[in-house]
Amino acid sequence: MILLQLFLSFLQVGMFSIGGGYAAMPLIQNQVVELHSWLTMAEFTDLVTIAEMTPGPIAINAATFVGTRVAGPLGAVVATFGSIFPACIIVSLLAYVYRRYQKLPALQSVLGCLRPAVVSLIAAAGLSILQTVIFAGSAIQLSAVDWIGAVLFLAAFVILRIKKWNPILVMSLCGAARLAVGLVMKLPAA
Amino acid sequence: MEQNNHKFLLRKLFFSTLYISSFTFGGGFVIVTFMKRKFVDELHWLTEQEMLDMTALAQSSPGAIAVNASILVGWHMAGALGAAVAVLGTILPPMLILSVISLFYAAFASNPYVALVLKGMQAGVAAVILDVVCGLGQNVVKEKKLLSLCIMAAAFIATFVFDVNVVYIILAAGLIGLLRVYLPLKGGRKK
Repeated sequence: MILLQLFLSFLQVGMFSIGGGYAAMPLIQNQVVELHSWLTMAEFTDLVTIAEMTPGPIAINAATFVGTRVAGPLGAVVATFGSIFPACIIVSLLAYVYRRYQKLPALQSVLGCLRPAVVSLIAAAGLSILQTVIFAGSAIQLSAVDWIGAVLFLAAFVILRIKKWNPILVMSLCGAARLAVGLVMKLPAA
Repeated sequence: MEQNNHKFLLRKLFFSTLYISSFTFGGGFVIVTFMKRKFVDELHWLTEQEMLDMTALAQSSPGAIAVNASILVGWHMAGALGAAVAVLGTILPPMLILSVISLFYAAFASNPYVALVLKGMQAGVAAVILDVVCGLGQNVVKEKKLLSLCIMAAAFIATFVFDVNVVYIILAAGLIGLLRVYLPLKGGRKK
């Protein structure tokens, strides 16, 4: 019974969150904290923190976390399956339509207009992350600049642009470099 | 031979999505940029245009962008089985990591060394995304189509300055594309 409830709850999260993680967050909170009391609000806040610190979509992270706590590993699998089930059906249909009608003039025209918009959306997402890196979430002013973060970003950007290194390697090196600098300077992590 | 190729493709698809998903911190657009590097630049499985189309589709469908994008790539490469394999590769790493972390999450979330590494990786993620965006943006500019440039500029201002919901931006851009086809006067003149 609890497994069915988990499945149905995350099915709703998966079905109604259009536009990724930040759209899913309030839906998850509603299901998990308010409707079913599977987590307290404090636990939910922890979950959001962890989801931001670990790889993967927040809906999957939340489903695994809540499922494990409520019904063990099987709960995690059931909840995760619920959260991806609607996407599997809807997106598979879209994939079929895309493959079949990719060459259609109307669809070509629509996609042609979507592409430049998507480039901007990705750019905005990247710039938002850069903003938190350089200003550490505080107001945008020179005194608040995290210089280590800014230098790391610039170095990584130049290496990627010119040397074309593997992005995951560059990202891991950034993490290691930040840890090394922190240890040498004995600065507390902000 | 054919069957071997198919098996090889599925295995490659699984390990590619597994690898990407293990390292992509942050929202759906992060994973899309890593997919672009892997599937377009490295493996040449998709064209840049196809990757952008799939990003738009993934973004406008319900569910996590990362999962949606891997379904689309999987279907495109190897049909239903490809989609299943790609999704499995995408959801396994977060599931395993979260299962372990949920056991001792307080210690993990408050560890200063973990925080430092994650902070550094964030700088790297910003660099990866903006690097990919530079390439994509250059290609849009090279096309020298006024409409594309206008859409790119308008979409950027709408999302970054005015915080307009991404769904509306995609709907508006799609609508422009439809109007271009079904308003014969304009469409005719452009050609």
